[in-house]
Parts: sequence; structure tokens; C-alpha cells
Amino acid sequence: MKPATFQYVRPESVRECLEYLSMYGDEAKIIAGGQSLIPVMNMRLSTPEYLIDISRLEELNYIRHEGDFLHIGGGTRQIDVETSSLVKTYNPLLRDAIRHIGHSQIRTRGTVGGSISHGDPSAELPLILAALRGEIVVVDEEETANYTADEFYLTTLLTALEPQQMVSEIVLPVLSPQAGYAFIEETRRQGDFALVSVAAVLEIDSQNLITKANVGIGGAHEVPYVAEELEEYLIGKEPTDSTFEKASEEIKDSLEPETDLHGTAEYRMDLAVELTKRALRQAAGNVEGALQ
Amino acid sequence: MENSVEQPQVDANDHKVQSNRVSITLTVNGKVVNKAVEPRMLLSDFLREELDLTGTHLGCEHGVCGACTIIMNNESIRSCLMFAVQADGYDIKTVESLATNEGTLNGLQEAFSTHHALQCGFCTPGFLMTLTDYLDKNPSPTREEVREVISGNLCRCTGYSNIVDAVMDYTKNRSM
Ligand SMILES: Cc1cc2nc3c(=O)[nH]c(=O)nc-3n(C[C@H](O)[C@H](O)[C@H](O)COP(=O)(O)OP(=O)(O)OC[C@H]3O[C@@H](n4cnc5c(N)ncnc54)[C@H](O)[C@@H]3O)c2cc1C
Ligand code: FES
Ligand code: FES
Repeated sequence: MKPATFQYVRPESVRECLEYLSMYGDEAKIIAGGQSLIPVMNMRLSTPEYLIDISRLEELNYIRHEGDFLHIGGGTRQIDVETSSLVKTYNPLLRDAIRHIGHSQIRTRGTVGGSISHGDPSAELPLILAALRGEIVVVDEEETANYTADEFYLTTLLTALEPQQMVSEIVLPVLSPQAGYAFIEETRRQGDFALVSVAAVLEIDSQNLITKANVGIGGAHEVPYVAEELEEYLIGKEPTDSTFEKASEEIKDSLEPETDLHGTAEYRMDLAVELTKRALRQAAGNVEGALQ
Repeated sequence: MENSVEQPQVDANDHKVQSNRVSITLTVNGKVVNKAVEPRMLLSDFLREELDLTGTHLGCEHGVCGACTIIMNNESIRSCLMFAVQADGYDIKTVESLATNEGTLNGLQEAFSTHHALQCGFCTPGFLMTLTDYLDKNPSPTREEVREVISGNLCRCTGYSNIVDAVMDYTKNRSM
């Protein structure tokens, strides 16, 4: 038995869970899929006194399509997002991205809310949420608040979440049927955390001009990085190779990758520029009805 | 609260948490098991140490190697990334469920043996359980699909090719 001793509670409703959270404060931790928390507890980097198990809360387990948005419950397992027909129809970018999370055995337990709350800068779900300007719904006993990725992610593995709060839902926009999209990730081995990953969505009008661009980069910044200057640069331009080449250089000024065991900062920067170019090309290539 | 889970016997100001055992009931390889466990006991340790089912191996204990893979509620999972208390009421199958009580290997195990899909055998239970779950749902995969399925299991001996051969042979023979 590797983890330190703790007390285990299994609330039967979100309300009961929030009561525990406000009662125990920072002595408690939520356990959802446990796929990030248990490794950390096994290494005793985390020694909560109370573990609140939300993995059976059906209340948090749903995928709903409402108007222009998909609402996904915080307790929904990654595997259920991957295989959802709603996700396939309304946000295939999310489905492509989620397949890169670890291995199927990890996604079988790992949840959407767990990945969002853990806040790994290489993680796929926070990246998609940031790139698509989705929202994170955070609840405590008193109130419900919506956060953008920018507000939620403070730095590596640190979020704005307070001890009495939990993530109850994420909201993602539906991709327009006219949009082209791409998710590209580079890893040393299949299933590893991304060295760098890029998510791109483009819309192109009948004049062959880019009308909308969403680009996010994972693994190369302290938080999921939204390439706003690149997005702005692309608007009104033709989707050509030279446009994409110049656009990708735009990220160099503000992206701040770090050196770690898996790759140097310099390598990550080069990779980010190259993958961005490829993702834009691929997204433009699958825009429906685009003049190529 | 579920009945089987005791309320913690501490008030909010008491920082010394007593170890409290929790009674759990689950089905393992078709048998109903009831035990009192410490909440911090990993499911993998529960299987190995409380139930003596040492076929489930432990390599890394942080989800990377796949040696501890078991089937829970008809899905393959890492038993090292779950606490036994969390499996209360669930249905679990370990590698011990594959062969008969007399020790006759099942078809997939036979194919592993025939194709030298194992050398030291440390990784084998994890591969078998990953594949058992997958082949139940996808009876005739391509080579490429098999490679992807086993990407979450590490083997230091075989170089994987013989494992893929074993699976391809097994699925082919089974469908004939
Ligand atoms: C071998 C391996 C490979 C992996 N590869 C990847 C990968 O490539 N990409 C990737 O993104 N992830 C990867 N992961 C991590 C995996 O995606 C986790 O599932 C995820 O990060 C956490 O989700 P969980 O449900 O398991 O959360 P848990 O581990 O249960 O919890 C993680 C943290 O979030 C908190 N938490 C959980 N749910 C909530 C909630 N609803 N509200 C508030 N706080 C909450 C917990 O208290 C804890 O601090 C990998 C994991 C392993 C073991
Ligand atoms: S021991 Fe569980 S994955 Fe390695
Ligand atoms: S047979 Fe030795 S690790 Fe796979």
C-alpha cells in the first residue's frame, strides 16, 4: 500500500459532494477517474485526509447538444466522449483529440472534469477548450460560475479552482459544418503526453478568404496556448501555403516552451511552428466546399 | 452514503485521521468476495495480497506499463490506478479466469504459447486481459489495430511481433 492513509467518502449527489468539500476544505480531494490523482498519491506527492469519490455520480455523466453548444458533464468518462455520436457529429475535433489521451484503459476511467481540473499544459482537453473558447462550469454550495480557459488556467498544474469548488460541466461550441479542422500531436511513443499538440479550426468563404480561425497549442507553454495573433493574421487572407508559413512564425514571439526531460525548449518551439503549419494546411484541406 | 461505506468518525477540527476499514463486496472471477479493507489499498494489492490472485502483476504502479490490467464491468482498466473500495459492487476478471481450474489454457493463451508471444511472462497477464476485452468487442481486428490496442502494454522481451502474430492466428482460427 503506497498512498498515505485517508478517509473515503462516496456522496450520492453533487449537493452532498459540495457539502463535504466545504466542510473539509483543502484537506479533501475529489477522486474521479483517479488516473492522475492515484499516481500522485502513490508517490506521496499528495496526501489528502479525505477522498471524495464522484465516479458514480450519474448527475455529472452526460453529453447534451443544445443549440450551438455541447454540454458535457464533469464526471463523463473520456471513453464515452470518444464514442459519442453527438460528439462525432457536432465536434469531431474533440473526438480526434481525446483519442490521444493515454491508452484506452486510461480513458475508460479518466473523466473530462478530472483532466480539466488537473491542468496539465500538455493535456488535450484543456487545449480544445481553450482553442474553441469553451467554458468551464464551476460550482460550490453557494453559486455557479463560468470560467474561460484564460481565467481558469493560472500556470502549470495550477487552476483558479478553490478547495470548496468542483467542475460540474464544460461547454464547447459546435463546429460549423463548413469548418475545416485538424488535431496534430507529436509524442515519443503512442499514448505518451504530447511533446507538442496543435488544434486548428478554419472557416473559408466563397471568395476563398479565411473568415474564422481558432488555433491552440499544447505542451509548449505553461498553460494551453491560444495563438490569438496568428488567428488575427489569418482573417481575410487566402488559405495558401505561404500564408500558413508566415502565420506559423507569428507564435514565436509569445510562445514560451520549457526544457524538460522529453525535449528542449528550442526543439519544442520548432515543433510548435511546424505542427501549426501542418494543422492549418490540414484544416484548410478539409473545409467543405473550399476553393483549393 | 452507501451503506457499506462508514462515515468518517472525526469532526472537522480533528486532524488525526484514524485508519478505518471499509467493508466491500465484489465479484472476482465469478465468486462473490466480502472483505474489510483500508481505503488506501489499491485494487491491485487487494487482488494479489487479500485474494492471493498473484497473476495480476505490478510493474510501475502509475499506469504506464499495463502489467496490472484487469477487466472490470466488461472494460479493461489499470488495477494499480484504483482503490479497492472504489470497486465495491463491481464485477472483476483477472488473468486467473482464463484457463480452466485444471489448468487447460484457453485459445488466446494457447496462441501465445505457440507463437512464443512471451519470454519472461511478466507482461503477459496484462496483454491477455487487454486483448480479451478487446477481442470480445472486435473479433477480427487488422494487424494495425492489434498494434494500437497493445500500445498501452509494455513488454521488454518479445519485441511485440510474436504477440501480434499470436492474436492474428487466434482470431483467424477462431473464425474458421
Ligand atoms: C499512463 C497515463 C497516460 C496518460 N496520458 C495522458 C495524455 O496523453 N493526455 C492527457 O490529457 N492525460 C493523460 N493522462 C491523464 C488522464 O487523462 C487523467 O484521466 C486525467 O488527467 C485526470 O482525470 P481523472 O478523472 O482520472 O481525474 P483524477 O485523477 O481523479 O483527478 C485529477 C485531479 O482533478 C481533481 N478533480 C477530478 N475531478 C474533478 C472535478 N469534477 N472537479 C474538480 N476537481 C476534480 C482531483 O481532485 C485531482 O486533483 C494519462 C494518465 C496515465 C496514467
Ligand atoms: S503496474 Fe499498473 S500500469 Fe504498471
Ligand atoms: S515477456 Fe518479458 S516483459 Fe514481456
